[in-house]
Amino acid sequence: MEAKKSHEPIFWTLFSAGGVVAALLLPVHLFIFGMAVPLHWIHGPAYNLLLSLAQMPIARLYLFVMCSLPLFHFAHRFRYTLYDGLQIKHLNEVVFASCYGIAVLGTVAAGWLLWRI
Amino acid sequence: MAAGGTRVRTANSDRSESITMARNIDIELQVSRYSPEQDLEPHLQSYRVPIRDEWVILDALNYVKDKIDGTLTFRWSCRMGICGSCGYMINGEPKLGCATFLKDYAPGPVKIEPLRNFPIVRDLVIEISDFLEKLKKVKPWLIHEGSNGQGEYLQTPDQLEQFRQHSMCINCLLCYAACPISGLDPIFIGPAALALAHRYNKDSRDQGSAERMATLSHPDGIWGCTFVGECTRVCPKHVDPAGAIQQYKLAAAMDGMKSFLMPWGKR
Repeated sequence: MEAKKSHEPIFWTLFSAGGVVAALLLPVHLFIFGMAVPLHWIHGPAYNLLLSLAQMPIARLYLFVMCSLPLFHFAHRFRYTLYDGLQIKHLNEVVFASCYGIAVLGTVAAGWLLWRI
Repeated sequence: MAAGGTRVRTANSDRSESITMARNIDIELQVSRYSPEQDLEPHLQSYRVPIRDEWVILDALNYVKDKIDGTLTFRWSCRMGICGSCGYMINGEPKLGCATFLKDYAPGPVKIEPLRNFPIVRDLVIEISDFLEKLKKVKPWLIHEGSNGQGEYLQTPDQLEQFRQHSMCINCLLCYAACPISGLDPIFIGPAALALAHRYNKDSRDQGSAERMATLSHPDGIWGCTFVGECTRVCPKHVDPAGAIQQYKLAAAMDGMKSFLMPWGKR
């Protein structure tokens, strides 16, 4: 069987890395900044302190990766859910462009927001 | 008289008890029948068979074949989970007939059908030549150039442990019946063949991983798998095909990255 050049390794790697971020890092951040601080379970850092932390290049990069990779994880999983769940593999190009398009848009939006803070 | 009456009552109650027991100790099998010369599609046929503690589904099928209906057709051989011949859908779940106890399905009925996702030859017998072709494609044998000049190739326990789990496959095809992708995409190479390819790639004596990579890192190979994981759940030998495929994906992705970043390098 002749090996067909596949782009799948790239998208699977993004999916896989996004899965790790979504499973390990996101819940920690959501718990701390989405629940524990607003509900006063813990005393959060002052806004200005947090803002100056988020303005550090390494923190921006971290936040960018945390926003972007889970979007690619979603795109890959949702793409196959549409293929197999709705049996629309014949619409491959549309599904592919829509799913990864959303991930790219989200990534650009995250990059733009992080750039402006 | 009284004594006689008691005896009569005892005899009656014994008889009714034995009738009740007879009802409890047999079970209805609903077996899928299909004869390509006569039937347009498979249909279910009912048989009542006794339940015995030590009987597995295969014993029940053999009872039907020997005592009730000699035309019933099914594959079996070793009766001990080694040959992989007696895979059936038992109440909708892919299982080995020789490793599934009949009494677990009491009071019944038990529905026995051929493995899903395969063409049916007759009754419970499936057509497996497509799988055999796929198996051949992944080169499930040791590929090794030359000789070490010392006879045997020794392995450490750690090296053996790398692939031992994946070498337990008996080709029973339960994983193909459980895999939704195999059902949707017939050209998908499928769990057992991919796990077996991984088994040889992980073997320290093998040198064929690059050769296999060309075949397996393919949309119909490992990338066809969406990690549903049913193959691993139903595997009677705990081969973990889903895990093997994910490990293989990582290796293929690293290989892909390497050839992308260093296109001049040797694959």
